[in-house]
Amino acid sequence: MIRIVKPDVLIDFVSKFKLAIGISLVLILIGMGSLVMQGGPKLGIEFKGGTSIQLQFNKPINVVDLRKAVASLKTFKDSRIQSFGGTNQHYIIYTKTSTSSTTQNIEDKLKSVLDKQFHSNYKIMKVDMVGPKIGKEFRDKGLEAIIIALLAILIYISIRFQYRFAFGAIAALFHDVLITVGFLSLFGYEFTLDVVAAILTIVGYSINDTIVIYDRIREKVKNNRKMSPTEAINKGVSETLSRTILTAGTTLFVVLALYLFGGHALKGMSFALLVGIVSGTYSSIFIASPVLLAFKGPLIPEKKEEDSADRFKQQIEFDMKNVRGN
Amino acid sequence: MKSYTLIKLVIIIAVIALFGAYAVPTFVGKDAAKRLPGYMPKDTINLGLDLKGGMHLVLGVETDKAIFAVLSRVSGNLKKQLINAKIAYDKVYVDSKTNDIVISLVDRKDKDRALDLIGANLPNYQIVSEDLPIKLRLKEKIAEKLKKEAIDQAISVIRNRVDQFGVAEPTVIRSGENHIVVELPGIKDANRAVRLIGRTARLELHLVDDKANIDDALNGNVPPDDEVIYEIKRDPTTGEVSKIPFVVKKDVVITGAMITNASVRFGGTMNQPYVAFELNSQGAKIFSSFTASHIGKRLAIVLDNTIYSAPVIQGAITGGRGQITGNFSITEAHDLAIVLRSGSLPAPVKVLQKVTIGPSLGKISIEKGTKAMIFGSLAVILFMIFYYKLSGVLADFAMAINVLIILGALAMFHATLTLPGLAGIALTIGMAVDANVLIYERIREELMIGRSVYDAVNTGYARAFVTIFDANITTLIVAIILYQFGSGPVKGFAVTMSIGLLANMFTAVTFTKTVFEIVLDKFKPNKLSI
Repeated sequence: MIRIVKPDVLIDFVSKFKLAIGISLVLILIGMGSLVMQGGPKLGIEFKGGTSIQLQFNKPINVVDLRKAVASLKTFKDSRIQSFGGTNQHYIIYTKTSTSSTTQNIEDKLKSVLDKQFHSNYKIMKVDMVGPKIGKEFRDKGLEAIIIALLAILIYISIRFQYRFAFGAIAALFHDVLITVGFLSLFGYEFTLDVVAAILTIVGYSINDTIVIYDRIREKVKNNRKMSPTEAINKGVSETLSRTILTAGTTLFVVLALYLFGGHALKGMSFALLVGIVSGTYSSIFIASPVLLAFKGPLIPEKKEEDSADRFKQQIEFDMKNVRGN
Repeated sequence: MKSYTLIKLVIIIAVIALFGAYAVPTFVGKDAAKRLPGYMPKDTINLGLDLKGGMHLVLGVETDKAIFAVLSRVSGNLKKQLINAKIAYDKVYVDSKTNDIVISLVDRKDKDRALDLIGANLPNYQIVSEDLPIKLRLKEKIAEKLKKEAIDQAISVIRNRVDQFGVAEPTVIRSGENHIVVELPGIKDANRAVRLIGRTARLELHLVDDKANIDDALNGNVPPDDEVIYEIKRDPTTGEVSKIPFVVKKDVVITGAMITNASVRFGGTMNQPYVAFELNSQGAKIFSSFTASHIGKRLAIVLDNTIYSAPVIQGAITGGRGQITGNFSITEAHDLAIVLRSGSLPAPVKVLQKVTIGPSLGKISIEKGTKAMIFGSLAVILFMIFYYKLSGVLADFAMAINVLIILGALAMFHATLTLPGLAGIALTIGMAVDANVLIYERIREELMIGRSVYDAVNTGYARAFVTIFDANITTLIVAIILYQFGSGPVKGFAVTMSIGLLANMFTAVTFTKTVFEIVLDKFKPNKLSI
C-alpha cells in the first residue's frame, strides 16, 4: 500500500498556527501592496469598458512596427499592446475607447493602418468591445455574486455546524480570496469575468476542503468527550491529511494542465485556480481549524450533539446494518 | 446477488445508457448522427460562440426616445384638438429633459377649457402643473408599458432581420430589463450584421418645400412647418461624401409602416441596384392622390433622417409602388430591402457589448482546451491506479462515467459548452476522484484498525457519505450563484460544474459502491486492492 502520510502520524498543527498566520499575513500584505501600488485591481475590459483586438500574424513581426502603426490612430492613443505565445506572432491591443454606434466600429480603423504596414499578413482573431455602462453592470454583478456566495455558505455552515465553524470557514475563505487576488495582481493578470468565476470556484473548493476536516474534528470530539479541543483539531487534521493532499494533488494536475496547455484564453482563469487551490488547501489546515480555538469553551456544546448531520449518519449506519442482516 | 444491489445495478446501467445515448451524437459528429437509428437522440452539444466563432452582441434600446416619439405625436394631435376647440395656444412642445408636454396658451381664460379637453382626451396623462404653462406627464405605469412594448417590438424586428440575413441558428433574446442579446454563430461579416440589426430604418416620404429659401433655413429661419434634412451623396469612384441640405415639410406623406414588401431590382443606364417597395392599400391610396395633386414637385425619401433621393413627381403614381435609388452596392441594397421588409425599430439601439470571434480562434480553443483536459485526466487516471491499484481503476471508471454524464446532460438539456465550461469539466475531473479518495482513505483507516474487508467497506462508505454530501452541496451553491450572475461563457462554466458535482455524488455513492458490493458478495475476498 502506497501512502503519502503514514498512518498514526500526529502533527501538532495548532502550535504552528501563529507561524502560519504570520506567513499568510506577509503574503497577503505583499499582494495588497502590489494592488495599492497599481492603484487598484487591473480590471479587464468587461469591467471597465473598452476594446481589445486580438491579432495573429503569419510570420513573426517587430512589435515596434506594430506600435508605430497603432499609435498613428487617434482612437488608439492610449492603447496598450500585449504579446503572448512567445513567437512574436500573437498580440492583443487594448484601448479604453469603445463605441455604441451601430454603423461605426473600431476594428476597421485599425485595419486601415495595419493593411498599409503589414498588408494581408495578419488576421483579426477576436474583437471584444464593452461599453462603459455595461462594464459597470458586470462589475456590480460580479461583486454581488461574490457577496451572495459568501453569505450563502455562511448560512449553510451555520446550519450544519456551529457558528464558530462558520466563522473559521469564512476566515479561511477571506484568506484564500485575498491571497488569490494579491497573486493575480503581483503577476500582472487582469480581473476578467473568467477570473471572478475562478475566484468563486476557489471559494467552493476551499469550503469543500474545510468541511472535510471539520467533519473529522467534530467526529473526534463526539467519540471522546474528554479530548481537548487542541488534541481534537490536531487529530482531525492529521487523519485527513492524506486525503487533503491527494485531492489537492489531483485537482492541481488538471489545473496545471489547463494553465500549461489551455492556451492564452484560459491563462488568467487557470492561474487564479492554481493559486486558489494551493491557498485553499493550506488555509483549511492552518487557518480554518486553529481559528476554532479563538472561542472559549468546548468545540461542540453537549446538547447540540444530536444535530441533523449526526442523525443522518446514524440512519445510514442503521440502514447498512439492516442490509447486512438480510 | 442481493435484490438491493441488483436494483442499484439496474439504475446505474440505465443512467449510463441514457446519458451515453445523448453523448453519442457529439462523439460521432453531426453528419454521422443523422444516420443513427430513429430512437437515438440526434443533437450534438451546442458549442458557445467562444468555441465555434461568431458574434455576441448586447444592444440597449433607447426607450426614452420611443417615449419621446409617442409624446411628440400626442402633442401634435393636441395642437389640432386645441384648434378645433378654438383655444389659441402659443406653444405646445415636448420638453426633452423632463419628457413633459408643455402647453402655453395665449389667453389665461382658456385655461379651464383646455384642462377639460386634456382630461377628456388624454386619460393616460397626469397634469403636473395646472397653472400656465400647463404641463402633462405620461403616467408611470403607461410609460413602463410603452417601454416594455418598445423592447418587445425591437426584439421581434431584429429577429425578423436576423432571420433574413441568412445565419444558421441565430439567437435573439431579452436580457435583464432592457437589453437585447443577439448571437450569430459563424458569421463572416460581423460589422455588416451590426449595421443591419442596429438600423432604426424609419422610412418617411416628405414633400420638399420649394418655396422656402435654403440659405435662410440654414441660418436658423426655418418656416414653422418645415425642417432641414440632408442628402448624403457618396461619389462611387473617389469615395468623397457630400451633404446637400433640403427644406422639407414636417408632415409625413408615407411612412415605412405602410410598406408590405421590398426587394432589390436593377435598372438605369448603369444597371445599378435599387430597392423597389410596395405599399399596403391605405398607403397606395394616399400615395396616388398625393402624387396626383403634386405633379412637378419633389418628394424626399428620408431614411433615418437622411435623404436618399428627392425625385420630381412626374405624374400620379397608382398601384402603390415606389423605389429608392442611390449609389447602392448590391449588399447595401439587399440590406436596405431587408430592413424595409422587417419594419423599423421603435427606438434607436446602442451597442453595449460586441464580441466577435473568428472561427479559427474557436478551433484553436477547442484543440487546446481538449488537449489540456486529456493531459490532466491522464495524470489523474495514472495516479489513481498507482496509488489505489484496482480500486483506483474503479475510481477512474467512475470519473469516465462522470464525464459521459456531463456530456450527455449538456446535449440533453441543450446547454451550451463554452471555453470556461471546458475548464469546468477539467476541474470536475480533478474533483471527481475526491469523493472516492475520501471513501478509500476511510476504508484504509477502517482496515488499519482491524475491521474485516466487508465491514471496512461499509463503514467507509457510510462515514464518508455525509462529508461528501456537505462538501459538494457548498460547491453546488457557488455554482448556482455563478449561473445566476454570470454571462454566457461563465454560465457555461457554472453548468458543467453543477452537472459535474451531481454526477460526482451519483457515481461515488452508487457506482463504485455497487461494484464493491458485487465483488464482496461474489468473491468474498479477505484482502482489498486499495
